[in-house]
Amino acid sequence: MPSLIDLRRRIQSVKNTEQITKAMKMVSAAKLRRAQQAVVNSRPYSTLLEEMIGSVAAHGADEEAALSHPLLEQRECRNVQLLVLSGEKGLCGSFNSNVFKAARQFVDARLGQGVELELLGRKAVDFYSRRSETVSGTWEQVFGNVDYSTAETVASKAMKRFVEGEVDEVWMLFNQFKNVLNQETTVAQVLPILPTEGAADNGVGYEYEQPPEQLLGALLPKRVVTQVYVGMLDSAAAEHAARMTAMDAATRNAGEVLEKLTLYLNRVRQASITTEIIEIVSGAAAQE
Amino acid sequence: MPQNNIQLTVAVPDRQVVDAEVASVQFPLTTGYIGILPGHAPLLAEVGTGVLTYEASQGPQQHLAIDGGAVEVLPDRVRILAGKAERADEIDLERARNALELADKRLQLSSLEIDVDRAQQAVARAQARIGAAKGP
Repeated sequence: MPSLIDLRRRIQSVKNTEQITKAMKMVSAAKLRRAQQAVVNSRPYSTLLEEMIGSVAAHGADEEAALSHPLLEQRECRNVQLLVLSGEKGLCGSFNSNVFKAARQFVDARLGQGVELELLGRKAVDFYSRRSETVSGTWEQVFGNVDYSTAETVASKAMKRFVEGEVDEVWMLFNQFKNVLNQETTVAQVLPILPTEGAADNGVGYEYEQPPEQLLGALLPKRVVTQVYVGMLDSAAAEHAARMTAMDAATRNAGEVLEKLTLYLNRVRQASITTEIIEIVSGAAAQE
Repeated sequence: MPQNNIQLTVAVPDRQVVDAEVASVQFPLTTGYIGILPGHAPLLAEVGTGVLTYEASQGPQQHLAIDGGAVEVLPDRVRILAGKAERADEIDLERARNALELADKRLQLSSLEIDVDRAQQAVARAQARIGAAKGP
């Protein structure tokens, strides 16, 4: 039977853990709120960008000669680049391992094609530093405060390599923030840019200050950057949400463990008291 | 019925800077400044670097420094996607002046050693900031 002191020590340690997980949960909740706000703030820009590209593309469709741009070029796919967006820290449930599992599947599915990984987030960098996959670049400390210029740097590098023909496709793998309890591991194509689904032709005959091709040339790179940026924002929000859920579960578990341990402690305490009383009583009886 | 107002939206990647009913708006295109009044013909164009000025339905003129992007003009709506946009009260005038000085100096140096395009852009950006901060 464990001694009372051991049990008390154990209970104290579980209590400490519970406080840490509770604090982490609250910190994540605060960070999640901020990350969600950032996602909402980025929405007007990305929606408008999407609509404008739709308008320009629709205009091009009228003019028979389809608009062409290096970023739209479909090629036979030999080399793929995959942007892997992971978290910066652990203790967030299956957030990171989901990404790595999906990356594994992606690589396996691309039999005979070269897959290069571009890693964002410290967890991915750590994970792949011990593995044999080709890594073309790593970015750490990017999700603490998601910055548009970071997305710009990452996206520009990918666009440059795509245009120069080093890679024929660029995909992005990230956890999409669905809601607090639910993150969805998503694989999305970044390059070549796919024609916008149901390009909203709002039927307005626009005048153009510049040739439409030129305008499109200015808008398309922005769309790639924005896609990466929004993906990063989403992933950051999802990471905080995942951590919050994981820490909430941990806090609840700690509570359960505490309850059991306390019950056990009391049993042990009572048992030892009973034993002592019996000893005293029987000792007194023996004296008579 | 003729409209009296335009819905002006200015968005940068991480936020929406302006969302207001305005009576008129002027801003730079890559080909020069343009002024928009309600009922303007639909237009798509690239935005340059400079000062955006709008007149709210009530209240004084507002100035914004904007840099790069694209604009969609509809009869009752102007929507601008800007690379950067700052309201006059967000601009650090001191910093903009320093930046202008530095960029000017760079331009005066022997032109072989420097990236003239970049320096000129820096000058334009700094001038836009100063212009927006000081008003007309």
